[in-house]
Amino acid sequence: MNVALYAWQRATAALMAPLVLVHLVVIFYAMGAGLSAAQMLARTRGSIAWGLFYGVFVAAVSVHAAIGVRTILIEWTPLPRRAIDGFAILFGLVLAVLGLRAVAAVVLP
Amino acid sequence: MADTLQVSLWRGGSDGRYVDYAVPARESQTVLDVVTYVQRHLDATLSYRFACRVGMCGSCAMQVNGRARWTCRTHVSKVAEGGKLTVAPLENMPVIKDLAADMREFFGKWQRAKGRFAPSKTRNDPVEPIDPATPQRRAADAAIECINCGVCYASCDTVKWDKDYLGPAQLNRAWTLVNDVRDAGNRERLVAVSEGSGCHSCHSHQSCQEFCPVGLNPTRSIAGLKRKSLAAYLKGELKP
Ligand code: SF4
Ligand code: SF4
Ligand code: FES
Repeated sequence: MNVALYAWQRATAALMAPLVLVHLVVIFYAMGAGLSAAQMLARTRGSIAWGLFYGVFVAAVSVHAAIGVRTILIEWTPLPRRAIDGFAILFGLVLAVLGLRAVAAVVLP
Repeated sequence: MADTLQVSLWRGGSDGRYVDYAVPARESQTVLDVVTYVQRHLDATLSYRFACRVGMCGSCAMQVNGRARWTCRTHVSKVAEGGKLTVAPLENMPVIKDLAADMREFFGKWQRAKGRFAPSKTRNDPVEPIDPATPQRRAADAAIECINCGVCYASCDTVKWDKDYLGPAQLNRAWTLVNDVRDAGNRERLVAVSEGSGCHSCHSHQSCQEFCPVGLNPTRSIAGLKRKSLAAYLKGELKP
């Protein structure tokens, strides 16, 4: 890991810490209140706030996880660096696409 | 105390094997004494390295019962398990022969981490007074007593996993120079330690600190390098 990747990994970690907490609180709230899927969607559809919240979350996760997976591959596999870099970028992109698709599904009206 | 020790020593190169020897147990005896006994009395072809025998030179480190140690300052009574000693060459380095590990990569990385003092003055300049009480000098002094024994390097998992990783002793050395106000090479040094497989690859396991025989804390030095290079990067002074 070089200093740029290190900076990104620490920054996304710092960003995710409060987001994870809010995410957990939301889950507990929704479960405790016994909200149905329709009731949840009624709250999230068209909400710019939830769209931003989970959009940022997905972006942070994608960057953070890609850097982490890259480190794991460097340390645990004999693959060449170039292949590892390519795989990590691909992995981050897949996470971003999957995540943003899910966000779009719940916030787009 | 039993009157003989059962000693297994690594013999040969990387494809070698352990060979058992019986060595008389003494009241006060270091692991290096035991190895020396084998060479003097049982098999003169045994290869190993030592010089000072007093913990100064850093040449005698080996794996003793699975743990890297400076053998000249390691008493058998502290480490022998049931009168048994197993001694192997340092880990994370190629074996030359028997108990001698090849430290070329270790010192090569020392150079890669710019562990060499870069003078900012010549012999014609007056000697610069250095105040030992400044925070910078204290940070350098806390890390300066490294004897280059390689114990930390042999004990670091990151070295094992990433063969390009610079290593604890090397980064610890770089940190002493980063804090040396007389040094003129810190721009290049900070670049060198913050490339891939540099200080940011350290997982802060602290094995290096736990195992360093002179009680240094490379983990802390590496954390210092991480902070310093991150700050330089955020200010735009470092372009990876
Ligand atoms: S703290 Fe860093 S240098 Fe020390 S043993 Fe752990 S990974 Fe290696
Ligand atoms: S830091 Fe400690 S263990 Fe590592 S080479 Fe220096 S003296 Fe040996
Ligand atoms: S022989 Fe010099 S440190 Fe052990």
